[in-house]
Amino acid sequence: MKAANVSRKRINWFDFLYKYGTLITIVVLIAFFGLATDNFLTKDNLIAILRLISITTIIAIGLTLSLAVGGFDLSVGSTASLANAVIISMFVWHSQNFVVSILVVVVLCALIGVINGFLVTSFKIQDMLMTLATMFVIQGIAQTYTRGATISQNMIMPSGDYAEGSIPAIFGQLGKQPWIIIIMLVAVLLVHLLLTHTKYGRYMYMIGGNAEAAKLSGIAVRKYRFIAYVLAALFAGIGGMVLAARVMTAEVNAGAPYLMDAVAAAFIGYSVLGSGKANAFGTLVGAVLIGILSNGLIMLSVPYYAMDIVKGAVLALALGITYYKRKH
Amino acid sequence: MKQDEQVKLEMNDISIAFPGVQALSSVNFQMMSGTSHALIGANGAGKSTLMKVLAGAYDHYTGEIKLGGKPLTIRKPKDAKDNGIQIVYQEVDMLLIPYLSVAENIMLEKLVHDSKGKSIMSWKKTHSEAAEIMRKIGMELPTGKLVQELTLAEKQLVLIARAASTKCKFLILDEPTAPLSDSETSRLFALIERLKREGVGIIFISHRLPELFRICNDITILRDGQFVTSAPIHSMDQAQVAQYMLGSKLEGQFPERSSNAGELAFEAENIADDDKVHGVSLQVHKGEIVGIAGLVGAGKTELCRILFGAAPKKRGVIRIDGKAIDYKKPHQAVAEGLAMIPEERRREGIFVEETVGVNLTIANITPHTSKKFWLNRKKEKLASQSMISKLGIKTPNEATCVANLSGGNQQKIAIGKWLLADAQVYIFDEPTKGVDIGAKRDIYNLIAELAEQGKSIIFASSEMDEMIGITDRMYVMYDGKVAKELVTAQTSEEEIMVYSTGGQA
Repeated sequence: MKAANVSRKRINWFDFLYKYGTLITIVVLIAFFGLATDNFLTKDNLIAILRLISITTIIAIGLTLSLAVGGFDLSVGSTASLANAVIISMFVWHSQNFVVSILVVVVLCALIGVINGFLVTSFKIQDMLMTLATMFVIQGIAQTYTRGATISQNMIMPSGDYAEGSIPAIFGQLGKQPWIIIIMLVAVLLVHLLLTHTKYGRYMYMIGGNAEAAKLSGIAVRKYRFIAYVLAALFAGIGGMVLAARVMTAEVNAGAPYLMDAVAAAFIGYSVLGSGKANAFGTLVGAVLIGILSNGLIMLSVPYYAMDIVKGAVLALALGITYYKRKH
Repeated sequence: MKQDEQVKLEMNDISIAFPGVQALSSVNFQMMSGTSHALIGANGAGKSTLMKVLAGAYDHYTGEIKLGGKPLTIRKPKDAKDNGIQIVYQEVDMLLIPYLSVAENIMLEKLVHDSKGKSIMSWKKTHSEAAEIMRKIGMELPTGKLVQELTLAEKQLVLIARAASTKCKFLILDEPTAPLSDSETSRLFALIERLKREGVGIIFISHRLPELFRICNDITILRDGQFVTSAPIHSMDQAQVAQYMLGSKLEGQFPERSSNAGELAFEAENIADDDKVHGVSLQVHKGEIVGIAGLVGAGKTELCRILFGAAPKKRGVIRIDGKAIDYKKPHQAVAEGLAMIPEERRREGIFVEETVGVNLTIANITPHTSKKFWLNRKKEKLASQSMISKLGIKTPNEATCVANLSGGNQQKIAIGKWLLADAQVYIFDEPTKGVDIGAKRDIYNLIAELAEQGKSIIFASSEMDEMIGITDRMYVMYDGKVAKELVTAQTSEEEIMVYSTGGQA
């Protein structure tokens, strides 16, 4: 009798921590960094954190959609790299205007999503392995397209001339606050509405929960998995464009480092408020947690090159909690 | 062989229980080595359980096992093997290592158990010994071939050869012929005859009566975990065996109903997948309950999945209200007014991690949304609450996680979601499997009510009493084909059983 009480209490504690642990951690970290450093709790720094996480969040939101249908799009980082390279090249190499350039990138990313969607729904290969392959292919395409070099304004072209095009000022605004933060929040809000307040979101979650039962309940499993991958690639493309607007150049593989941050954010998001699934709000919280950690640790003079150790450890913890919860 | 070399295997008073079920109660079984013995019973009769006891798969049974008059202690698989009792289970792939050669698979037990102190493997010896074993039992396979390249029948032979690689006095074959073609079956029977001459006793579990009469000397029949009879097989005929398998069943749990079949609603013609289903035709009228009878493995589940578009068909036409419709996916079938309640409830029928409400509305969510787009949780709640009370689902409320409900209530949810979807043709695949008696009666009543409303019902089950109790008409399946179409009012469980086991009237 007594033992039963004890174990019940412990489970309740676990449930509480599972639900609110991430949010509590964020509050504790803010308090800690606020006390330990002088500049952490300033308005400028908090906005800097939001700016820092915006690209990660937008890419992670796409990944979240693929996770919601039980998939895993590993190619989002490469897609962002490609979008970054193409949008800058449209301006700098081809002197295209704002609207045309963005349309080209959107169409290109949709095409990548279609290819990913086709590959994961047509073959019985795990999504993660299939998109690992496309991740390399897209990365290679981006590098080949840029000939392995950085694209920037006034760069020297192979012909020996300077590139003539310029990046429109309005595009540059997208990479600055408040727009970069607004774009992130709109992306989170849209996907949140889609996943939790529309019937299509319900279908996607059911497919992610039990694809066979979803199929036998008359849900067009393949169609929704396909759509999820197209949307994932589109959000990755938006992330890549915002990244381009932020740095105004296209570095080689600029999107690649965002993949692991996005994965970490999305998986930390599983446990936020005990949802147990990939969800938009949780992904935002996950990105905020990672952003605060990076920012605060840098202020404490932890070298940037040690940051991956912390991020990896946080991801391991988040995965551990999520999978432990699933089994119990 | 000489008579005095024969040993007697006895299992006396064997009982075993699992949580919620008394699987065997005081069952007796005896046979001599050098003979073959058929073990038969309907689904759930306990024949596989009895043989697992003999093979050492369980350690919590009561009763005694004797070999040649001496009591044996069999509590783990190794005990059985040390006493020369070997079993070849139905799922051959689980026992073979696909990327190793035939020789390695045959010699597996020897390699694992008899190589103490030896760290280096002798390939030459492994291959020559494996070849010798195969020669002895009269089978031919290249010893170097990888097991993953073998046919199902060949894999089975490899397992039998493995059993023969150690000293084998008794060999249990659990439904060995189910996946085999006729010529493969003949080859297996030749091998069995050969093993018998070597003095091995064969215990043969099968649903197929004709082949039992062909290959076996004696027969033991079980029913509901109890011993029914044991005799030389030729002292009985197939009809008698079917009767012993059935016995008498409880009456009165089925609803009173009279057939009111209307016009033709659903028609399937010559459906085949060339694997488990070979040319099935059936017709269902409005308001009619049509049974698909047959034992496990007859192809009922596969047929149901094809009819619902959940599995591809190689051939055949499906007509709904007289119009040929070619759907390839369940969601297309649902759009045509079909619904299926699948056999594997937890894996295929419900979302265990989700709430009762989500499960009930998933098959037709649009009426419970705003502007056919936004989820409307208030409408969902009302719809699921009315379905919960209509079906008598025992749950605290619609927000309870389905994983916490009993099997019967989960099944009601799997059915309920299609009631909200307002389908016209309902396919039930073993809807009462793993469901308690009270919930069973509720499910029968529900099905009868659907028929009353003019829906067409396809009811697949391997329980013969359900066929008699609930259907108007039935198709008896055997080996992927319709063996016989029967009108329920003019048939009996015995007749169904005869056709289900490959007999002819």
